[in-house]
Amino acid sequence: MGRSFGSGEFLYLLKAIPWTLLLSLGALVGGGIVGLVIAILRTAPSAPLRWLATGYIELFQGTPVLMQLFVTYYGIAVLFDIQVGAWPAVLTAFTLYSGAFLGEIWRGSIEAIPRAQWEAAACLSLSFPKQLWLVILPQAARISIPPTVGFAVQLIKTTSIAAIIGFVELTRAGQLMTNTTFKPMIVYPVVAALYFILCWPLSLLAQRLEKRIDASLGVKQHFSGV
Amino acid sequence: MNYVFQFNVVWDHFPELLAGAWLTIRLSASAMALGLCLAVLCAYGKSAGPKLVRRLVAGYIELIRNTPFLVQIFIFYFSLPVIGLRLTANTAALLAMTVNLGAYASEIVRAGIEAIPQGQVEAARALGLKKLQIFRRIIIFPAVQTVYPALASQFILLMLSSSVVSTISAVELTAITNSLQSTTFRSFEFYFVATGLYLAMALGFRAGLSSIYWVVFQRGRAASR
Repeated sequence: MGRSFGSGEFLYLLKAIPWTLLLSLGALVGGGIVGLVIAILRTAPSAPLRWLATGYIELFQGTPVLMQLFVTYYGIAVLFDIQVGAWPAVLTAFTLYSGAFLGEIWRGSIEAIPRAQWEAAACLSLSFPKQLWLVILPQAARISIPPTVGFAVQLIKTTSIAAIIGFVELTRAGQLMTNTTFKPMIVYPVVAALYFILCWPLSLLAQRLEKRIDASLGVKQHFSGV
Repeated sequence: MNYVFQFNVVWDHFPELLAGAWLTIRLSASAMALGLCLAVLCAYGKSAGPKLVRRLVAGYIELIRNTPFLVQIFIFYFSLPVIGLRLTANTAALLAMTVNLGAYASEIVRAGIEAIPQGQVEAARALGLKKLQIFRRIIIFPAVQTVYPALASQFILLMLSSSVVSTISAVELTAITNSLQSTTFRSFEFYFVATGLYLAMALGFRAGLSSIYWVVFQRGRAASR
C-alpha cells in the first residue's frame, strides 16, 4: 500500500521550501511597494486619497485571501483575455494582499511620529513629499521593523493557501506526498515542523526587536504574574 | 476585453450561496465562543499555573502561531483518523478553528492581563482572595475589555480564514462557490459575488461584536453608576 515515507520523500518536501520562500519574498517586496503607497495615501492631506487607501485596505482585510486568489486567477483571464499560469496569479494576489497589511502597519508607524515633527519640517518650508521623505519616513521606518518582521511570518504561513489552486510549494508538496505514501500522520506533522523551523526564528526576532525599540522609546515593560 | 459578464446565473444560485454563508457564520461564531474560553484558560495557565503547565501552554501557542492554518486543518482531518480519531468535516473544521483561535487570542488576553495595574492584584491578595478568585473577579473582566478591539479583529480574521476549510469538504461559502462555478463555468462572477458576501459578513461581524461589547461592558457600567 503506497510507498513508505523515506529520505526521498523528505527531500521532495525540502525542495518545495524555496518556492514557499520565493513566493513570500516576492510578495513582501511587491507588497512593500504597494504598502508604502497605501501608507502615504492614508496619511495624505487630501481626503479623497485617504478614502481610496482606506477602501483598498478594507477590501483586502475584509475578504478571505483564498477568495482574492480565485478572483485574481480568474479575473486576469477574464479582463486581459490571457490564460496565466499559477505563479503570476499567485504572486499578484499575495502582493495585493500584503500591500494592504503593510500599508496599515506602516500607517501606524507614520502616525506614531509626533505631530511636532511634521510642523517643524513645515517650518523649514519643506514640501509635503520632502517632509515625508526626509523627516518622517526615516523615523517611522525604525518603529515599523518589528511588526514588519511579524507580518513576514504571517505571509509565509499564508502562502500555504497557494496549494489550493495547485501551486507546488511546501503544503502542496505535502499533499502530493500524502497521496503517494498514504501516510498523513507522518507527512503533515513534518510539513508543520518545516514551517515551524522557517517561522519561529523570525517570530523570536520580531519579539526581540520590539523589546529593544520599546526600551529605546522608554516604553515601560510590564511584568505581571497573578 | 471581449468577455461578457453574466451575473444572472449567480442570482439563480444565490440561495445556495446564502446557505453556505450561513454555515460559515455558524462555524465562525461557535469557534469564536469556544476559542475565547480556550484562550482565557490558556492565559490563566500561562500567568498563574505551575511551571509545567506554563511550558505546555507556551509550546502550544508557539506551535500554532508558527504553522499555517491549512496544515493544521489537514492534521485534524487527515492525520487524526490514522490514530483512530475520525472526525466529520464540520467537526474537524470547528476544532481546527477553535485550536487556532485559542492560541492567537490567548496572547491577546495575556497582554490585557499584563496591563492590569499590579496594585489591584496586591490589594486583592491583601484581602485574602485566592489565585483563582483574583483571576475571576479582579483580572479577567477588565483585561478582556482592554484588549477587546484586538480580539474582535482576530475573530474576524478567523471568519475570513474559515474559507480554507473548504479544502476538507466542509460545505461553507467557499466550497459551495467552488462547486457552483465548476458546473456553470462562470468562475469570475461566482468568486466575485462570494467575495462580496465575505465582505458583508466581515462588516456584519464587526457590528455584532461592537454591540456585544456595548452589552457586556458599557451597559453594566452605566447601570452601576
